[in-house]
Amino acid sequence: MSLETQVFTITRADLVRYAEASGDHNPIHQDESVARSVGLPGVIAHGMYTMALAARAVTTWFPGAELVAFGCKFTNPVVVPAEGGVELEVAGETKEGDDGLTTVALTVTCGGQKVLGMPKAVLRV
Amino acid sequence: MPVDQSLVGREFPPTRPYAVSEEKIRAFVTSTGADYDGGPAPATFPIVLAFDAMNAFLAAESIDLFRIVHGEQKFSYERPVRPGDVLTATLTVASLRQISGNDIIGTTSRVTDEAGALVCSTSATLVHRGAES
Repeated sequence: MSLETQVFTITRADLVRYAEASGDHNPIHQDESVARSVGLPGVIAHGMYTMALAARAVTTWFPGAELVAFGCKFTNPVVVPAEGGVELEVAGETKEGDDGLTTVALTVTCGGQKVLGMPKAVLRV
Repeated sequence: MPVDQSLVGREFPPTRPYAVSEEKIRAFVTSTGADYDGGPAPATFPIVLAFDAMNAFLAAESIDLFRIVHGEQKFSYERPVRPGDVLTATLTVASLRQISGNDIIGTTSRVTDEAGALVCSTSATLVHRGAES
């Protein structure tokens, strides 16, 4: 079953707040020159921020469900401009297993490009 | 400089106990633009523990955080994290490979509560970008 796609906007201010809340103060998420010095196209969102938004989408689709597993690869960076923000789209397909668990296969894209590899959540609904 | 191969299989000391509070969960949740009115922490919250363990590992091995890019993260949960939990993470280096000047470091962290019971385990792939890239 297809779930309704959710759209989130990511700004530099979000990354500052997330850095504070998560303890991840890697300067590649704040500082353009540091990001470029390690070969990145600019300031990028924490992979874990993108993953947190994917988790937020799962929670919105299945309020109160307990997660059994959640994982993804970070395949493409989400570049966040200094002004304004960038949109992240989270789509999902569900599959119910014989074990009573529901698997949500996610598709997480930014500007039409997938940014997470095989993002998947397993839930006890 | 490549990361030392003899690290594979090494377990690092547990992180200092971390007291989970509603305030800490709220800061995490609201940074994603959502509201929090109590209850369990969101799915990726245990990264706070895993990140602490990773920082200690990077410091011990003199690896610069700004050269680290996240490759993969997987969680498997025994139970949700709740306010009042006091958690620690114990990191083990699971694998180490070199690909085109980068170190690909696989780690697993076990997040346990005050009683020593497993709350979740999480594995991460960290890409340590070489100085030339």
